[in-house]
Amino acid sequence: MAMNGGLSVRGLRVAIHHEGGDRAMRPVDGVDFEVAPGECVVLLGESGCGKSLTALALMRLLPDGLELAGGQARLGDTDLFALPEQDMRRVRGGRLAMIFQEPMLSLNPVLTVGQQIGEALEAHRHPTAEQAAAETSRLLQAVGLEDRHGTSYPFQLSGGQRQRALIATMLAGEPELLIADEPTTALDVTVQAQILRLLKQLRSERGMGLLLITHDLDVARDMADRVVVMYAGQVVEVASREALYARPFHPYTRKLFSVLPSAHQRHERLEHIPGSVPPLGTVFTGCRFAERCALAWERCHAEAPDSQTLDDGHVARCHLVSAPRPENAAGAGYPPETGRKTAEAEQVAAELLEVTDLAVHFPIRKGLLRRTVGQVKAVDGVSLSLKRGETLALVGESGCGKTTLAKAVLRLIEPTSGSVRLEGTTLDRLDGNALRVARASMQIVFQDPFASLNPRMRVGEILEEGLRSLRPELHRGHRADVVAGLLEKVGLGRDAALRYPHAFSGGQRQRIAIARALAVEPRLLICDEPTSALDVSVQAQILSLLQDLQAGQGLGYLFITHNLPVVGYLAHRVAVMYRGRIVEEGVAQDLMGRPLHPYTNLLLDSAPGRGLPEVAAAPAGRPEAGVGCSFAARCPMAVAECAQAAPDTSTLAGGRRVACHRVVPE
Amino acid sequence: MLNYVIRRVLYAIPILIGVNLITFALFFVVNTPDDMARIHLGAKHVTPEAIERWKVEHGYDRPLLFNQEAEGTGKLTETLFVNKSLALFALDFGLADDGRDIAREIGTRMWPSLAIALPTFLVGLAVYISFALTLVFFRATYLDLTGVVLSVVLMSISGLFYIIGGQYLLGKLWHLVPVSGYAPGWGMFKFLILPIAVGVVSGLGDSSRFYRTLFLEEIHKDYVRTARAKGLSERVVLFRHVLGNAMIPILTGAVVVIPRLFLGSLIVESFFGIPGLGSYTIEAIQAQDFAIVRSMVFLGSVLYIVGLLLTDLSYTLVDPRVRLE
Repeated sequence: MAMNGGLSVRGLRVAIHHEGGDRAMRPVDGVDFEVAPGECVVLLGESGCGKSLTALALMRLLPDGLELAGGQARLGDTDLFALPEQDMRRVRGGRLAMIFQEPMLSLNPVLTVGQQIGEALEAHRHPTAEQAAAETSRLLQAVGLEDRHGTSYPFQLSGGQRQRALIATMLAGEPELLIADEPTTALDVTVQAQILRLLKQLRSERGMGLLLITHDLDVARDMADRVVVMYAGQVVEVASREALYARPFHPYTRKLFSVLPSAHQRHERLEHIPGSVPPLGTVFTGCRFAERCALAWERCHAEAPDSQTLDDGHVARCHLVSAPRPENAAGAGYPPETGRKTAEAEQVAAELLEVTDLAVHFPIRKGLLRRTVGQVKAVDGVSLSLKRGETLALVGESGCGKTTLAKAVLRLIEPTSGSVRLEGTTLDRLDGNALRVARASMQIVFQDPFASLNPRMRVGEILEEGLRSLRPELHRGHRADVVAGLLEKVGLGRDAALRYPHAFSGGQRQRIAIARALAVEPRLLICDEPTSALDVSVQAQILSLLQDLQAGQGLGYLFITHNLPVVGYLAHRVAVMYRGRIVEEGVAQDLMGRPLHPYTNLLLDSAPGRGLPEVAAAPAGRPEAGVGCSFAARCPMAVAECAQAAPDTSTLAGGRRVACHRVVPE
Repeated sequence: MLNYVIRRVLYAIPILIGVNLITFALFFVVNTPDDMARIHLGAKHVTPEAIERWKVEHGYDRPLLFNQEAEGTGKLTETLFVNKSLALFALDFGLADDGRDIAREIGTRMWPSLAIALPTFLVGLAVYISFALTLVFFRATYLDLTGVVLSVVLMSISGLFYIIGGQYLLGKLWHLVPVSGYAPGWGMFKFLILPIAVGVVSGLGDSSRFYRTLFLEEIHKDYVRTARAKGLSERVVLFRHVLGNAMIPILTGAVVVIPRLFLGSLIVESFFGIPGLGSYTIEAIQAQDFAIVRSMVFLGSVLYIVGLLLTDLSYTLVDPRVRLE
């Protein structure tokens, strides 16, 4: 490929198109970077920084209402922005291809995978029918799919397979550069590791450049040759991976590292970046990060810094590159955090929640008379316990039954069998009013703060609703006081009560959701992936809030998550769930440091930031209704016994419980 | 799939029995055979004997649900409910007040109805989709805006206006087509143009605006962006990707009316003098011929249920994700 000269972007600007307006809003404002042939460059930043818009601008696929407002982009010796649309179409999907975040939505649901790959081949290589079939099959193989997947519709494939199919489609034009926009954010860690390995392998096989967009520092560490950090529409730091991870320079990058939770910080408070990414249309006079920067001084607010090169080849957009911070500058650093995290909850604390052999089975009905022919065992005999003031993390891949378990504990769905005791009261047979009263002691915070708050109710009404039904003894004025108190407690201020949820950011909405749950003074709070829809800096704020609340009120948390660093940071104990069963449970540090079950091992190895080690476990297949261990088909340690009988749970030293034939109690 | 169809047909039986019972109650209990006779014989100076005679002549002289005088099972079968209402299930519609066989009449009159309704439906679907797709191709331009305004204007005008306006302009003023009437065979053609055109125009605003919304909803989805990222032309993106997915709600929404095309349109047929089932129903209502009205009500329900079943089956044709079982 003689044409292959890499990508170079200079002064890229994207503006929001509006008529007659004099103040242009520029979500991307002067972005420069290069991608050398065969290089992997990671575009890193929180949501709203303009990463995706930069990529879409390069593809000339900006959504309606946004337009290119300047800059230059060259792919080899082609000026992308000067091409007529017709020629650009040959570049798009040809020399420059792009894959997207949501594999579930990014494929056409009514065309087969083969048709969608064929369409791309057709557009760029005009093959004969036989050539197209052969090439489709070759592409499917290249991404680790089989020929039969070509005749499948997207809905018949798993998330990982769909992302592979999308990659195959985009490889059809043999691109020089592949842009991958958060390609694994919607996927499970194990699948994420597979896709990232695939992208790495394709890049080296094909000598293709890779522009990877992500918000995840660990993913960037595994993938990048160079990292471009973006903030508020600008590049704030460019460095090789080694340089960036050894010595991040820009205060924003440094903060990104420090807000990441990890097991090392168990007894410390996470650092905060106050506030969130500035909204579109903010007018900046100085540095765009100055408002949130701990090191900012007068100059930062008055004068916008330029990109400057440091000694080690680092490029950063910060005044600190050229001049040290004046000694006498006001407001040095963040205000010191008050108090460290409280010590681990004493283990003598009273039992809060006891779940025994809980099962939720959904019937499969078939035939003319809708007879029940089988059962989906979403939750299949789960036993758990949780003490006051304790956090139990429930981890596992999507579809393993975590959320179903949570709902069954709350009796939001009816369990098939088993028993739930909360503070010594058995909930199984409660119904009607008694159940409603019991619900006051257990509440849930959902994953998506954008969908879980009623958009037509004011925040105050949302908070009051629970009070009115579960604490009817309070009268009106008293309720208003309680609402105001709750809002202050979650750090929002009492004015928030009069506004609607849409007026708040994601992190603030999650605070509202937490306040709503706390309104009825529960002892148990189930948190269902409460931070997975949030940016890392906001995640740190929410995790700190949850810790403060636990320390202050002795709340017990059942914390559902797939984010292992969060588990390491927050949880006292961890339960690992696979296909409806708990396969391993134990004290967090012990379990994460010394996993015994092969599935726990797989999860820990798949977590990004460890260099993507090859894992021995097979990828997930369709669940089979077998008598044996449900993990046997994927397990690298499986022996004949595993296919014959499901393992019992054995209790080991230190309270560790493991369900595996290969783990023998000492 | 077959299981599904069988189950749905079985579900239809209780629904139709319910429909049958309700129509029976309306036509025989609320409005008794005595009332029917009085209406037909004239309200004044009607002797009880004349009423009895009318009932015997028209077969309304039996008890409603239970025949005390009959023998054995006849106690239940020789009743108005069985002879007049349940008989509808066997497509035994009985005789109209003028003595003609209703089933035969339906058999001959459904063809003119179909000759208008089917082309109106098909031409309409093609026109509305093309119009909506054109607007979407030029989305957010003045052409799009004009199209939407035009649609709203067309929606706001009564259907009667199109009929009368069309008859006046095309028929009376320009003498292009006859104002109304019908002829069998090839001669029907010139009589059909105007009603079909009026039918299509009167639905244009409503349907195009709806289809435009469906297309716009699809065009902002991620898979359309993927299609563009492959380097496909806007034409291919619109026709293969957007149209392909938007056809799911469009087709399935349209299928439900197909069986009812046989019944024709009450208004269009009366205005244009088409001897179809629509005008048959209108005439029967005017003549207070309850046998015909009852038959048409029942037939309408049956065809509606068939339409709903076809709708569900049509999903399996246009959407690979739907498998019925």
